[in-house]
Amino acid sequence: MIAPDDDAADIPAAGADEPVSITAYPNGPLLVRGPFEIRTPTGVVIPPRRKTVALCRCGVSSLKPFCDGSHKAIGFRTEPEPPAPQPPLPA
Amino acid sequence: MPQARGPVSTNLRKLISNQHTEFGVDLDAALRATDDVLQDDDLQLALFMAYELRYSGLQGIDDDWEWHPEVLALCAAIERLFEAALRERVSLPPLPAPDVESVAAALFELTGADSGPSVSRFLAKKATDEQAREFLILRSIYQLKEADPHTWAIPRIRSRAKAALVEIQADEYGGGRFERMHSELFARTMRGVGLDAGYGHYIDAVPAITLASSNMMTMFGTHRRLRGATAGHLAAFEMTSSQPNRLYGNGFRRLGYDANVTFYFDEHVEADAVHEQIAARDLAGSLVTDEPELLEDVFFGAAAGLYVDGLAGAQQIDAWTAGHSALRVPEYLDLPA
Ligand code: FES
Repeated sequence: MIAPDDDAADIPAAGADEPVSITAYPNGPLLVRGPFEIRTPTGVVIPPRRKTVALCRCGVSSLKPFCDGSHKAIGFRTEPEPPAPQPPLPA
Repeated sequence: MPQARGPVSTNLRKLISNQHTEFGVDLDAALRATDDVLQDDDLQLALFMAYELRYSGLQGIDDDWEWHPEVLALCAAIERLFEAALRERVSLPPLPAPDVESVAAALFELTGADSGPSVSRFLAKKATDEQAREFLILRSIYQLKEADPHTWAIPRIRSRAKAALVEIQADEYGGGRFERMHSELFARTMRGVGLDAGYGHYIDAVPAITLASSNMMTMFGTHRRLRGATAGHLAAFEMTSSQPNRLYGNGFRRLGYDANVTFYFDEHVEADAVHEQIAARDLAGSLVTDEPELLEDVFFGAAAGLYVDGLAGAQQIDAWTAGHSALRVPEYLDLPA
């Protein structure tokens, strides 16, 4: 059987001059758009399966480097929690 | 062409296949007679058939019927009852402020709280091969035209929300590559387990609630007035998709199927983790920012999607746990004219 994504590396970038953009979505992944390339530490290109990808930044995805939605299950927060009420200082 | 399931679908069939010159059923009486339009096989099938004329058509039926006044009147009458039932039965969360942050946060909360019986957990852990196949048959009604109902909204909304919807839909359509279109990936999964992936092949085997789920999307999509509901429906759909798809994939792997069968689900884990972000913020959030009067409908569409799919899922699990098939047994005899 032919692996479904064997031919995926040739998805054309929208335009050579287009900058890569990275958008941080609150409490979730980083969305990357533009003519980017994702590589392993040894330089092997990971074929992108789509034009816009979501990179995990919560650490628990089972598809790393991509997000698989797991950040919701662990209650990942990128924004500071509202401060808990402080106990009064001992006199 | 589906088999009729009662007087309304029978007469619609006869009308559009030119066996009758007029609809010939007291539609008002048929509408009054139903005790639950969501579970009414006859009405949901009639609406489904009329709607199919807006998609790829019905075999042997003249395309002109799509805009025929009798067909449109039939749709309008069923839609009124259908929408009213949904609005009455679907409960909305407290509505947030009409800005991107608040809308996205409220959608994540709504979809995160959805804790109904889970077809995905059943598939992952318990389903037999037969039940897994039934699952695909039930899903095929929508998945073989996956994305089409929401595409209707593209020309109906503007600016950032439109761009976001296009970004999602382009991915649904495989970035313009046939073999990567999600509907085509689903067809491959069906063929991989030995099912017929022909569009509409299993229509007679699915219960009313499955048709209602598809019809609801088409009703939202083909009415400009309901564009907020389309955006909300898509957002909720995407936001409750990644993890269930991981479980579906696991279920088919457990049953011994290879990547050819599971690729559709594995692809959705990754794709929908992208889509949910775009749908919640850039689509639903931006739409409400531009058109604050759509706020309520965004949440109506989201909650209605969760509600109807929750009903459908509960029915499947009930049938399977009782040791029955979740498919419909045709009981209405469509006698030849
Ligand atoms: S950010 Fe989504 S799984 Fe980590």
